[in-house]
Amino acid sequence: MLYNYLLQLGDNALILGHRLGEWCGHAPELEIDMALTNIALDLTGQARSLYQHAAEIEGKGRTEDDIAYLRDAWEFKNVLLAEQPNGDFAHTIARQFFYDTFNFFLHRELVGSRDEWLAGFAAKSLKEITYHLRFSSEWVLRLGDGTDTSHEKMQAAVEELWMYTGELKIPSKTDQEMAANGVGPDLNLLKASFDEKVADVLQKANLQMPSTTWMQGGGKDGVHSEHLGFILADMQYLQRAYPGQEW
Amino acid sequence: MKNWPLWEVFIRSKSGLHHKHVGSLHAADAEMAIENARDVYTRRNEGVSIWVVESKHITASDPDDSDPLFEPAKDKVYRHPTFYDLPDEVKYM
Repeated sequence: MLYNYLLQLGDNALILGHRLGEWCGHAPELEIDMALTNIALDLTGQARSLYQHAAEIEGKGRTEDDIAYLRDAWEFKNVLLAEQPNGDFAHTIARQFFYDTFNFFLHRELVGSRDEWLAGFAAKSLKEITYHLRFSSEWVLRLGDGTDTSHEKMQAAVEELWMYTGELKIPSKTDQEMAANGVGPDLNLLKASFDEKVADVLQKANLQMPSTTWMQGGGKDGVHSEHLGFILADMQYLQRAYPGQEW
Repeated sequence: MKNWPLWEVFIRSKSGLHHKHVGSLHAADAEMAIENARDVYTRRNEGVSIWVVESKHITASDPDDSDPLFEPAKDKVYRHPTFYDLPDEVKYM
């Protein structure tokens, strides 16, 4: 089951990394272009480590590339938040902020994992994620507490994406098993830290906490929104059309 | 975002060395300038410390003043410490 857990973590990183990569050449400023693609590269790097290790413990001779390029949508275990479209810049920032906040608390716990490899991975990734969270929270503050237009857009983005945050904190079967074995944290315990951090940043940014209480879910079990199929079509095209093709 | 001010970026490549001007970038405020500098100028492991200063706060010499400012130093070789015999024990001079 550790295999599934590594995939759950890796799929989040790969899919969100791909989304951020879509900003390459399109961001509002050169500096933001660099920042978003740097984060994309961090996430892709994390996905690679996780997939490599997953392939290793699976022991069937598969590689990281097989895991990334030769699985279909229902085999992906990423949360729905990660696959949501970039939207406007405020949407990208809201998605990133929610994800980074969760990811930060998750990896802070994973550092103490009973699984030695995962603990080492988490310690390395936490440094990257700490910066991601700093970047995205700063932008929530700037846009929320910026001009009337930026405030309005940031508030709308937070409202629209809020329903995808529930899934982060609701344990999948894999999450529960990992928590029981001391490999992963109990997500119920992360919930309070997540909610507190989000409330704190939104308040400082003059933004209202979203009123939605209904939450989307299913990603961790392979039930995805229509968006994931398009991402995979884009990402996997080359390996599907020309199997084994290399640069 | 077109009215973001320009910032000059200085990076210290490793502890003990001085900060060196590496370029400039746009950012809304100092905090963002540090983050942007981190992303634009240190992504290939170039530094351990960043300074940013808004470009408008830098006072530069006028290129037209080059002659009066710099010409007079050219023929004063005696200002270089090249006329001393350095003992072998003194390194890095």
